[in-house]
Amino acid sequence: MERNIKKTDGRQKQLIVAFHKALKSFISALPTITGVVLLIGLFKTFITPKMITSVFTGEPFKDTVLGSLFGSILTGNPVTSYIIGGELLKDGVSLFAVTAFIVAWVTVGIFQLPAEALFLGKKFALIRNILSFVLAIVVAVATVLTLEVII
Amino acid sequence: MKEKNGDKTVKYSLYFLSSIVLLYVFLFLLTPWKIYSSLQIALHIFIQIIPVITAVIVLMGISNYFLKPKTVTKYLGKESGVRGWVLAICFGILSHGSIYVWYPLLKELYKHGMRAGLIAAFLYNRAVKIPLIPLMIFYFGIPFVVILTIYTIVASVVEGKVLEGINHLSPVIEE
Repeated sequence: MERNIKKTDGRQKQLIVAFHKALKSFISALPTITGVVLLIGLFKTFITPKMITSVFTGEPFKDTVLGSLFGSILTGNPVTSYIIGGELLKDGVSLFAVTAFIVAWVTVGIFQLPAEALFLGKKFALIRNILSFVLAIVVAVATVLTLEVII
Repeated sequence: MKEKNGDKTVKYSLYFLSSIVLLYVFLFLLTPWKIYSSLQIALHIFIQIIPVITAVIVLMGISNYFLKPKTVTKYLGKESGVRGWVLAICFGILSHGSIYVWYPLLKELYKHGMRAGLIAAFLYNRAVKIPLIPLMIFYFGIPFVVILTIYTIVASVVEGKVLEGINHLSPVIEE
């Protein structure tokens, strides 16, 4: 009986330690998260969707790279990227560019880069984001070409 | 040494936050209303991410309690094989909320033995948003969404494998 109580006490203590550790680790992450959120706030105020649309040139390859570039820089809810993507398509921007834009929007994070580098290391964050930028272009080209073959 | 690394992370994150606050102060002097609007947006984002932050803290607590390095190594470590990739892809697709909220948990899992390639696969698969699929279909159609989803998953494995290849030459994540 006494041994069981001791065992339960030990487990409770372990559980408290585990959650205390989690909370402590998260509190140390708060300044970075706050910084990223404030940066996104600034960005959303100063850059409008109209500004983004005006950047595309009408040249499919150049626009695909631009799409990936702008998707990498811009941030926010993916819904916004679909809406901007839909508008870009209506304005005659190629599906290659729009696809690269919506893929890079969620896979590359320039604004989140400081936070990613702090937690997972500069090297990991840089390589991962560069790879994601390139892959956004590759995924866009593969998706649109496959779509053209199928339909 | 570990404590020193932790202190360094906190120090740099405080530098980062201070520089953003300074930027706000500087821009406030130029365009106060725009800065007011930026603060409102930031506050709105904060309110939105509170449930995810709570979930991540709970998940971190649970993982600290249940997941021993041996378990993480078995399912997400060097010997995890295809199962590791499938788990990273599924968790990436199912994870919710802002990406930066997940970094502390991934760091903890890495310390417990998770492979760097699987972290990359997890992060890449966050591009597949199940709740947003109907909206994506509305804008781009079913065939586009299906093809894009398949290529996104494939790309996540490619990215993970490339990162692991680089990791073999020199570690990509400092402990």
